[in-house]
Amino acid sequence: MPENFFILFKQELWLTAILFILLISKLKDKQPAATSLLTGINILLLLNFLSGFFFNAEGSLFGKMFVTNHLHVFEKNILNLAALLISLQSTKWLENHEHIIEFYVLMISSLLGMFFMISAANVLMLYVGLELSTIPLAAVANFDLKRKTSGEAAMKLIISSAFSSAILLLGISFIYGCTGSLDFADINNLLHKEPLHAAAFLLFFVGLLFKVSAVPFHLWTADVYEGSPVAVTSFLSVASKAAAVFALLNVLNKMAQPLSSIWHDALIWISLLTIIVGNLFALRQQNIKRLLAFSSVSQVGFLLLAASANSSLGNAAIIYFILIYVFSNLAAFGVIALVSAVKQKETLTDYHAFYTNNKFLSWCLSIALFSLAGVPPTAGFFGKLFLLMSASQGITFTVLTIAALNMVVSMYYYLRVVRTLFANNENECLEAIEVPITAKIALVICVAGILLTGVLSGAYNYIITLQ
Amino acid sequence: MMKELLYHITAFKSLPLGEVGGAALWIILLPLANFILLGLGKKYLKNMAGVLSTVLLFIAVVIALSIAYHYFFIDGKQNGVYQTITICQAHWLSLSPTMNVELGIQLDALSVMMLVVVTFISSMVHLFSLGYMKGEERYANYFAYLGLFTFSMLGLVAATNLLQLYMCWELVGVSSYLLIGFYFEKPSAVAAAKKAFIVTRFADLGLLIGILILSFNTGSFDFQTVIQSLTNTQSSSFISITASSFLGMSTLTWGLILIFIGGAGKSAMLPLHIWLPDAMEGPTPVSALIHAATMVVAGVFLVAKLFAVFAIDVTALQLVGYVGSASALFAAIIACTQTDIKRVLAYSTMSQIGYMMFALGVSKYGGEEGLGYSAALFHLFTHAFFKSLLFLCAGAVIHLVHSNEMKDMGGLRKLMPVTHIAFLIACLAIAGVPPFAGFFSKEEILSATYKNNKGIYILALFTSAVTAFYMFRLYFSIFWNKSFDNHHHEHHGEGTITMKLPLLILMLCAAAVGFIPFSEFISSDNHPFHSAIHIGFSILPVVLGLCGITLAAFLYFKQNDRPDKIVNSIQVLYKTAYRKFYVDELYLFITKKIIFNGIAKPAAWIDKNIVDSCMNGVASITTTISATIKNMQSGKVQQYALYFFAGVAVLLMAVLYVWK
Repeated sequence: MPENFFILFKQELWLTAILFILLISKLKDKQPAATSLLTGINILLLLNFLSGFFFNAEGSLFGKMFVTNHLHVFEKNILNLAALLISLQSTKWLENHEHIIEFYVLMISSLLGMFFMISAANVLMLYVGLELSTIPLAAVANFDLKRKTSGEAAMKLIISSAFSSAILLLGISFIYGCTGSLDFADINNLLHKEPLHAAAFLLFFVGLLFKVSAVPFHLWTADVYEGSPVAVTSFLSVASKAAAVFALLNVLNKMAQPLSSIWHDALIWISLLTIIVGNLFALRQQNIKRLLAFSSVSQVGFLLLAASANSSLGNAAIIYFILIYVFSNLAAFGVIALVSAVKQKETLTDYHAFYTNNKFLSWCLSIALFSLAGVPPTAGFFGKLFLLMSASQGITFTVLTIAALNMVVSMYYYLRVVRTLFANNENECLEAIEVPITAKIALVICVAGILLTGVLSGAYNYIITLQ
Repeated sequence: MMKELLYHITAFKSLPLGEVGGAALWIILLPLANFILLGLGKKYLKNMAGVLSTVLLFIAVVIALSIAYHYFFIDGKQNGVYQTITICQAHWLSLSPTMNVELGIQLDALSVMMLVVVTFISSMVHLFSLGYMKGEERYANYFAYLGLFTFSMLGLVAATNLLQLYMCWELVGVSSYLLIGFYFEKPSAVAAAKKAFIVTRFADLGLLIGILILSFNTGSFDFQTVIQSLTNTQSSSFISITASSFLGMSTLTWGLILIFIGGAGKSAMLPLHIWLPDAMEGPTPVSALIHAATMVVAGVFLVAKLFAVFAIDVTALQLVGYVGSASALFAAIIACTQTDIKRVLAYSTMSQIGYMMFALGVSKYGGEEGLGYSAALFHLFTHAFFKSLLFLCAGAVIHLVHSNEMKDMGGLRKLMPVTHIAFLIACLAIAGVPPFAGFFSKEEILSATYKNNKGIYILALFTSAVTAFYMFRLYFSIFWNKSFDNHHHEHHGEGTITMKLPLLILMLCAAAVGFIPFSEFISSDNHPFHSAIHIGFSILPVVLGLCGITLAAFLYFKQNDRPDKIVNSIQVLYKTAYRKFYVDELYLFITKKIIFNGIAKPAAWIDKNIVDSCMNGVASITTTISATIKNMQSGKVQQYALYFFAGVAVLLMAVLYVWK
């Protein structure tokens, strides 16, 4: 065991510690009250997030299966932040839930799996992380125990992941057969531009594309997002997606450089398809969760486009965009979570004239949607701009134009929601919703993030220095 | 890590322009401060909000004027050439080791002129709004939005690089969106705001791609670097950008055309003009500021800023010329048929911006050949005064009669004498009657056009006669025609002194600014030159203008049935022009019928019917099975699996096929 084991493995140890604390408190006979339990957990998650800023080191563990460096620490901390914000936002829903501890145990296990995915330097480690991150999520998707759709979502998630895992494992076995190794660096040296190698890699690649829900592997997304409780939906759409993108970047950069010409073309086609299909399906959606699901599909398309550039600039732009995406999407889902916790309403028409009684929430949701649409001065604009700029080095202007045109199309459906919020209240509209203090804090953090991350260049410049 | 995250907000390094150089920063910061103060403190400020922001704006005007004085008369000129001076610059982003983006303020003759125009018109509009918006529920919000707009517009004209320009460009779009939709209780206002936003976003996309093309070929966003490397025909970036081509045009031409599309969207050029008339849903002072004097001329500013590059590329510049002249005529014809006074003014704005665009389009670079360039910006300058005056007068009229329709007006000259005189002078200015401001700038445009392009010259002459006609149609219909019938509503006169004062000041400007020898300050290569008015040459346009005025007087001075008779005799033509040549309907057809029905609807239909109804279909057959199993064992997931595996197979086959 290397002497700095505890520092290198710090973030994973933190999560494990939290898991044990939760399990022990579950075993006690007398359960604490819901509010104090939630406060305790939120404090633990906050400490976990803050710990990411101190005592970081670079190195590898477990016979080079697990690698960590400042970039990985930063990526993991983005996920920590997402988990914290989601937890703050969902207090209202969880307060009345019977299984608070189970919810957190499952969610944090999934987070742990994501950390292993990000830090993996070995195909097996990546696979273990992937499964650890998916299976608990399927269980937690079922947590709206009274709604049948929730159970359906869980079933769909687990079955769909099973397909992708099968393909992924097939890819891994082929890669092992071709190269005789499971280590990223070794594979990178031994892979060649041969049909068999390419096929093996592509199978593996598709497994990851499923996780980021790129078209045509996206079909599970809308149903699962719609059916799951909002907290789980936001976790799926933000944390789970971000982790998969980070892992995909790792694989492309460290394992598959010899095949870069293949995945470059494949990524361009898939990303264009993803952007267009995501947008077209989002255009006429009436359910706001489904709308955000499809819009998140198209956002991933932009990420993949930048990934195709295969440059450090592209990677920086992706990580930066994900940070912004965490803020924007969580601000949107935060508002939806509050509304659905009180009203069980998720269709767009229910938000008609929402502004009349809920000014703060309306502004949060509008700013989030503006950011998702990429309107300056919100951070989303800068995120998209950098993605397109880094992508423009490797692609033709036709592709760039199609992508940019889709930005405008997406503007249409985001503005449609904003327009509904601010519509005239001729008919009845939702009455004022009480915003608990934790949710308020989370929303303010998200909105501040949206407004400041772009204009202040610190975050982007920091990511650039990490490359 | 926190330290790095907080990171550097680098110290501003400032270069002196006399004593006032550093003060340029304040011009931009004051409206921003206004926005932030009003945004945060609107609960406490209440009615002081308007006064506070007006005072801040007037301070900005004073600074802008003193900077202009220093720049044009004391420090700005060296060896007979106006210099480009970077006042301050802060490092903002490093996109790559070689590509940095700065935020800062750069002054050249063009920017200084624009700073004066924007702050001055904005302050007049602020002053007018004090009375006009009084009693509005969201009074403070209104002034906060005005502050945001002024800030971003000033940031735009003082930008040091293309990316800063683009950011501010989008920001003015956002503030325009907020202000058009200010009365968001009205569905039409919300729809207009959305339309303006989406149409200009489409155009901005062109701008963005154009900027990316130019910047990647020159390796910089900085205006000076981009212009220098693209005007030097020996430089490697010039050779590479002209060598590569796409669809028969060089990359440079594409880049410039895309940039012009961005400008055409903001400046409401054909065919991207459809948002401007609808934007009149906003409060009238906003129309005066944003949709007449400042934001809509941003496109002209953009082309002028990059004019050195445009001058090298004949194709792009010709496009600017033809689009400009077509828009000028097209809008003038529509303006003759509209009955909403704000819409008439909107189309007249579009037409006048068309003038500026084609003046740029026919211009050449350098010396007296660049007369068109100076003339375009001269017209921008004079137009800002008389058009904002027209809008403010229209605001005063609407304030009194509570309607935008011409038929509700008439005979107002006795009720509002100040407005009447101001409106008359502005009309004379726009019609090009000497000695008012519009005469001089239009004269320069026409003589520059006459030298370089006879075809556009003839169109322009005709347009100026039409302009005189529709402006005086408006004037006579509002102030003469019939006697004003004020039985059924009490009127409250012309409004407070704060509403009259801006009218008077702008009236003086509209009468006087034409005497400024503009080409001695603004020229394409910053070498001042002298341009004279040729009396013989200006006879024809003035006579044509007077004919237009006479015709308008004949038809609209007194109430009569001649206009109706004429309308009846050219029914089809009139209707076509009245319906704005059916351009809006064309857009609706394309978006609603083709994009929605043709593409998005089927996509949603597949999602809803095929995907969902497969499940429903299976479900209805298996009603006997319990609900849980029904939902879980639907055909749906299998179908997903099918798509999934098909996707894998297609991907594999595609790659292996490409291999061979």
